[in-house]
Amino acid sequence: MTTSRYDAILIGGGHNGLVAAAYLARAGRKVLVLEKRPVLGGAAVTEEIFPGFKFSVFSYVVSLLRPEIIRDLDLPRHGLQILPLESTVTPLENGDYLGSWADPDENRRELCRHSPRDAEAMSQFGRLMQHMAMAVKPILGMMPPDPTSLAPSDLAGMLKLGNHFRSLGPDRFHALFKLMTMSSADYLDEWYEFDPLKATKSASGIIGTFLGPRSPGSAYVLLHHYMGEIDGAFRAWGFQKGGTGAISEAIAGAARGHGAEIRTDAGVAQVVVRSGRVTGVALENGDEIEAPMVISGLDPRRTLLQLVEEKELPGDVVDAVKRFKFRGSSGKVNLALDGLPDLHCLPGAGPHLKGAISISPSLDYLERAYDDAKYGEFSRHPYMDVVIPSMIDPGMAPPGKHVMSIFVQYAPYNLNGGWNNDRREAFGDAVVNTLARYMPNLKDRILYRQVLTPADIERITGLSEGNIFQGELALHQLFFLRPVPAWAKYRTPIRGYWQCGAGTHPGGGIMGASGHLAARAILGER
Amino acid sequence: MLKTTPFHPRTAPLVRAQTWRRWAGYQVASSYEPHPDREYAAVRNGAALFDVSPLHKYMISGPDAERLLDRMVTRDVTKCRVGQVLYTPWCDASGKIIDDGTISRLEEMRFRLTAAEPNLRWLTMNAVGLDVTIEDVSERTAALALQGPLSRAVLEQVSPADLAALRYFRLVETTIRKIPVTISRTGYTGDLGYELWVDATRALDLWDALSDAGAAYGITPAGIWALDLARIEAGLVMLDVDYHSAHHALIEAQKSSPFELGLGWTVPATKPGPYNGRQALRSERESPRAWAFVGLEVSWESFEALHLDRGLPPHLPVIAWRVSQPVYRNGAQVGYASSGCWSPLLKRYIALAHLEASNSDPGTAVTMEVTVEHRRCQARAVVRSLPFFDPERKRA
Ligand SMILES: Cc1cc2nc3c(=O)[nH]c(=O)nc-3n(C[C@H](O)[C@H](O)[C@H](O)COP(=O)(O)OP(=O)(O)OC[C@H]3O[C@@H](n4cnc5c(N)ncnc54)[C@H](O)[C@@H]3O)c2cc1C
Repeated sequence: MTTSRYDAILIGGGHNGLVAAAYLARAGRKVLVLEKRPVLGGAAVTEEIFPGFKFSVFSYVVSLLRPEIIRDLDLPRHGLQILPLESTVTPLENGDYLGSWADPDENRRELCRHSPRDAEAMSQFGRLMQHMAMAVKPILGMMPPDPTSLAPSDLAGMLKLGNHFRSLGPDRFHALFKLMTMSSADYLDEWYEFDPLKATKSASGIIGTFLGPRSPGSAYVLLHHYMGEIDGAFRAWGFQKGGTGAISEAIAGAARGHGAEIRTDAGVAQVVVRSGRVTGVALENGDEIEAPMVISGLDPRRTLLQLVEEKELPGDVVDAVKRFKFRGSSGKVNLALDGLPDLHCLPGAGPHLKGAISISPSLDYLERAYDDAKYGEFSRHPYMDVVIPSMIDPGMAPPGKHVMSIFVQYAPYNLNGGWNNDRREAFGDAVVNTLARYMPNLKDRILYRQVLTPADIERITGLSEGNIFQGELALHQLFFLRPVPAWAKYRTPIRGYWQCGAGTHPGGGIMGASGHLAARAILGER
Repeated sequence: MLKTTPFHPRTAPLVRAQTWRRWAGYQVASSYEPHPDREYAAVRNGAALFDVSPLHKYMISGPDAERLLDRMVTRDVTKCRVGQVLYTPWCDASGKIIDDGTISRLEEMRFRLTAAEPNLRWLTMNAVGLDVTIEDVSERTAALALQGPLSRAVLEQVSPADLAALRYFRLVETTIRKIPVTISRTGYTGDLGYELWVDATRALDLWDALSDAGAAYGITPAGIWALDLARIEAGLVMLDVDYHSAHHALIEAQKSSPFELGLGWTVPATKPGPYNGRQALRSERESPRAWAFVGLEVSWESFEALHLDRGLPPHLPVIAWRVSQPVYRNGAQVGYASSGCWSPLLKRYIALAHLEASNSDPGTAVTMEVTVEHRRCQARAVVRSLPFFDPERKRA
């Protein structure tokens, strides 16, 4: 038997693959990361697509990244620097706005203008969501036990889970169960009356999914976006200095520091399997590299249906992966701007431009945006989450100029007639035209525009159907069911072949938890 | 009524939550926004503008100016060249610190001394028999600190000075949009940064020039809360917080020598001239010291567990605390922490502490008292060397 230079090969230099590589290298394993693109990070990359302007091309804000990973890998030393993103402004149809400010008193006073009742409900809602985030936090750090297995470790895991749920007490348990099953609109209805507020809050429940705010299951996605914590504050979001690519680079720096080797422009064509066991990978350029262990950071479809031949897997697993739902529904428009745009409802360059601008004037608006997508069209008037990163990090654009990041929902992967250049630009027009209703001088400021449809996201990052989470965050695709029953613990049916992307528990976003848990599973830590 | 600084007409309307505090008898902003997060972020990623006018400032001139200062402070002022700035403490005869500040050599026979407390009497006492003029210019001179990685880029927009050539702890007399200023590459944040000294009558013009030119660089007025986080990360001591002036201490134990404050580097092994405290500091250099000034890093796991025990998420000190917290090792008190905060940059809970020298080696495991839900608890912590944060750009 030949001895290979590597203990493990990581396919994909997305942030989860890099996290797994860093932990394995830290434990003394010789690891090689192979990334297809010239840049590391996957959906978390920064690229200067227009000279002098840096874009967080796909993901753009951070909150979910697990604090223990930041500490274990000492990411601040490698460049992690999270800048505050404090407010959200929702422009309203009547020319007014709804502000959500960092200071609780300013925030309450603002909401009071619209609904004194909601202003009072807000702090209690916040407390409940904090409890919910605390309730799910242990689950994020837990290897999903298999409820159908009698193995001691699974039984112990189920017991731990049971005890945890019991410790929540009935009120919190019921609230958690509601969150797991309800629509975000219904869930918010129990608390609030002011429609634009419900719309803005429910928007976190539709991001990345093929659900509308009134679809059951969207409340869970809402919770997923509340689970992040920055400096101990749940649900706080921030902006990484230099864009989200700098997070990937920081993780890569930590991995290299522990001895990992990382290659870019090194796409993997196939995982080599002999007698049901991996022996290495074959690169797109024809090279073969041997290793007794291969870990894929790609989504389940690529990991299990494309990198290995179907015949290597049991039929039921193949079936289950084929049914795994992607249904990408999000697009992204990145703009280089000559100067700051004015918000019609709040003109001038105030601190509100250092926060998010949410185009979510009403629940009906969002639901209508979803209606378009249900029938195979992009939303004529989409939900948009807009940030101006150069207002938070002046290094993102030349002095006085700006970059704008627009996350757009919905743009269905399966567009009627398919995506092509014309349709992409039509989608870009719908986005800019809709936004210009709230920012009258926006169009005059645009120097450059990049439009990304789900098809583009798939083509560039490899995310199947452009799903931003490597697969929908739906209840039937979570925890011990992610990506498929019985294979939720980062193993695959092929010996020596593991998975660590966001398509595994606990799922998407710049979180790193999948990569961390996979590394722990591989290292045999509970 | 507290006094207001020459920048007050500009700063006052910006202090949204009326979060003022006192500093040397003046009213200054704790923060401009209700929370200091963005102001702190500007220190580490942009350009933060601090009003530091309340500093006491003395102009010392005449043939014996060098001699006076050299006699008074620990560092060797005879080696300070024109255009250079020295950071230095000054001590009483027993080698205990009275105050600390900077000395700028503006001309061969003209210096500016900054101090945290009034020092006119002490200067005058030390000047007996010397040919020197001492002027308190505190009110006449306004001061701003422009700190952060983009501070140089902002100044380059408005000043003809060659700022790329201006080294760490050097100064240049120049103009900013025709306003005469002294720019020194100094500060209290441990980052790239400058302090600007201007005649009080031109203060508002200077503020306006910087605000205007800095807009494209995200210049951000910042208050003491942000400054406090930055200086703790940089391991810089603060009078009345981390130490007490030998002139005000009520008991010996409240006094510190430079060695005990991590300022041993400011006491030259050989300095030709006599100076206050020389004898005492000489013998202290030879003998083992009782106290050391070090960093502490509070263990997150331990801190979080203490909160989870009470069903709470960890409550982080996002605004620095300045009350003494006992520090223990193996159940016995070995010192105390004098200021601490959650470092937004390093993502660690850090503190500055006085520990018995025998328990102060980096890596030593200790515990620090914290209060969780009305109960005193011990959080695990580890001794770290200072500073916590020291970016290359500070000197580069
Ligand atoms: C438009 C958009 C906006 C988003 N916004 C946010 C946000 O603001 N905040 C947030 O937290 N999350 C956001 N997300 C989600 C988040 O970015 C992703 O869930 C997360 O980055 C996935 O990380 P990963 O490491 O699991 O996978 P990926 O990032 O998908 O990494 C997989 C890697 O594998 C590489 N690869 C693919 N095929 C091969 C091959 N054959 N050989 C070698 N390498 C290969 C890819 O290039 C990629 O680098 C967004 C996602 C998108 C698409």
